[in-house]
Order: sequence, then C-alpha cells, then structure tokens
Amino acid sequence: MASADDRFREGVRAVAPLLLGTVPFGLIVGVTIAGTGIDNLAGWATSVIIFAGAAQLALIELVDADAIAIVLIATPIVINLRMAMYSAALATHFHKLSPLDQLWLPYLLTDQTFVMSMAHFRPDEDPVTIKFYYLGVGTTLWTTWLLATTVGVVVGAEVPSSWSLDFTIALVFLALLARSIAAHPALLAAVVGGVVAVLSLDMPNGTGIMVATVAGVAAGSISDWRLNR
Amino acid sequence: MSIWAIIVIIGLGTYLIRWSFIGVLGKVGVPAYIERPLRFVAPAVLAAIAIPELVAPAGSIDIGFDNLRLVAGLIAIAVAWKTRAMGPTIVAGMLSLWLLDWLF
Repeated sequence: MASADDRFREGVRAVAPLLLGTVPFGLIVGVTIAGTGIDNLAGWATSVIIFAGAAQLALIELVDADAIAIVLIATPIVINLRMAMYSAALATHFHKLSPLDQLWLPYLLTDQTFVMSMAHFRPDEDPVTIKFYYLGVGTTLWTTWLLATTVGVVVGAEVPSSWSLDFTIALVFLALLARSIAAHPALLAAVVGGVVAVLSLDMPNGTGIMVATVAGVAAGSISDWRLNR
Repeated sequence: MSIWAIIVIIGLGTYLIRWSFIGVLGKVGVPAYIERPLRFVAPAVLAAIAIPELVAPAGSIDIGFDNLRLVAGLIAIAVAWKTRAMGPTIVAGMLSLWLLDWLF
C-alpha cells in the first residue's frame, strides 16, 4: 500500500498541470485588487480568509461599485454555495477521518481540489492515504494562489488602465459559467439570471444580482422538475 | 460596516459551506430539495455578474457593434463554450478587445 508521503507527492504531481490556470487567475485577482477601490491589504487578505477566486473577484468588483454591505456579503457566499455539493460528495470519503481533520481539511476545498480528489479516491481506500492525497492537491493550490495573488497586487499598480484588464473579470466569470452548464435546466438558469440582471441594472447597489440569481435558480429548478417528474 | 468585518463574515460563511456536509450534514444525508436547486446557483449567479458587464459596460444598456466589450464578450463566450477552459477564454476575450480597440 502506498505510504502517506507517496500519496501527498502523488497529489502534488496530479494538480501541477492545473496550475497553468491557477497562476494567471491569481495574477488577475491580484492586479484587480491593486487597480480598484478596495484597500490593498484587505483585498490581499481575501486570498487567505476566503480562498475562492470567483467570490474574491465578485467582492472586489462590488466594493468598487459601492454596493451595500448585505450585497457585498451575500454575493460571494452565494457564489460559494456550489461548494456544498463538493462537501456532500467528499463527506462519504472523509467520514472515517478524525474530527479534527474533518474540521480543518474543508478549508482547502475548492473546485480544483474537489475535481482532483473525486477523480482519484477509491471507495475502499484507507482514510489516511485519502487525507494525504487531498492535502497534496490542496496545499499546492493554496500556496500557488497566495503567491500569484501577492505578485498580482505588487505589480498591479504598474498596469495602465488603457490595457482594460478589468475586462478579465467578466471573462473569468464567462469561463466558469460555461463549465457550470451541463444540461438544459442549467442553461436556462444562466439565461434567466443574465437577462434579469440586465433588466434590474437600475436597482440600487448591486441588489439586482440577488434578484437575478433567485430568478435563475427558480427557472432552472422548475425546468429540472418538469423534465424529471 | 468595515471591509474587514465583511471579509471575515464571507470567510466564515464560505468555510461553513465547505465544512457543512463533511462536518454534520453528511451523517444525515442530503435531501433532494436542497441538492437539486444548488446545481443552478452557479450558472445563475455567474451569468448575473458577467452578462451586464458585456451588455452594459458603462452602466446603461448598450447593444450594438460600437460596444466593443459586447463583441469581444460574444467571441469569448464562443471560445468558453467550445473549450470550457479559463486560459483560452481570457486570451480570446482580451485579444479581441485590444484588436477591436485598435481597429475602431
């Protein structure tokens, strides 16, 4: 049986190709922090405290748009709700781990950690080797994310606004959006979410995003229910 | 409310979501009426943030070829749909925007 050490290294090696996406994404988040209204230190700290790129970008953008506190708090949390699905899927693999491990390992849970873990875990696997593979993936991503966002914040002040790098925020969300659509009900959720967000642009301080999200989830759920009843 | 308080609340909320099923809910099972709608949160909220950035980059609706971010965004959507990858989407979108900006 593979040792804990082997499994950790296996996790590091498996996640290495994904860093080609993590590094530019982290740089973009860092550059955006430096180029917009959010305090640089507070913006940088989101990488440690929140550690979820799309949610961090949404917060940075909403701070820049002077959104009210409830919108600033609710939007990133709603974006991260998808992680509840990951947590549910990993729970069956983690249930033999110690309560302490169950307490701190979820901090490292991201889209990438989830995908890599689910692709490699075997149902009958020793909980210790599961833990070290997950840690190999998770700590590599965490370290890379921290380094990339830090470099982004440092060099970001030098980037001229004529480069329109703020447009990368929309592009990141479009890429994540394409990945989140697996079937027709999800496409409908996206179309309704996008259209309602445009129609509610005049609503104060970003509240339109909340209305649009509720409308999109409702549309997707109804369509899903009609297809599956 | 200070930005630090807001960041800490989001961090705690995000942690609780990550921990939820691993920590407690996994032991009681996931009810379908929670699990199914959760799958539509990501597409709905991501579109709600991204689409207005293309259709109304300056704050009011602007649909036409003079809206360069809309044109570049549509090209990026095609690439995102085809590749499902972040790198090519960002490269295609930024190159399109710079090229359009230079042409017009």
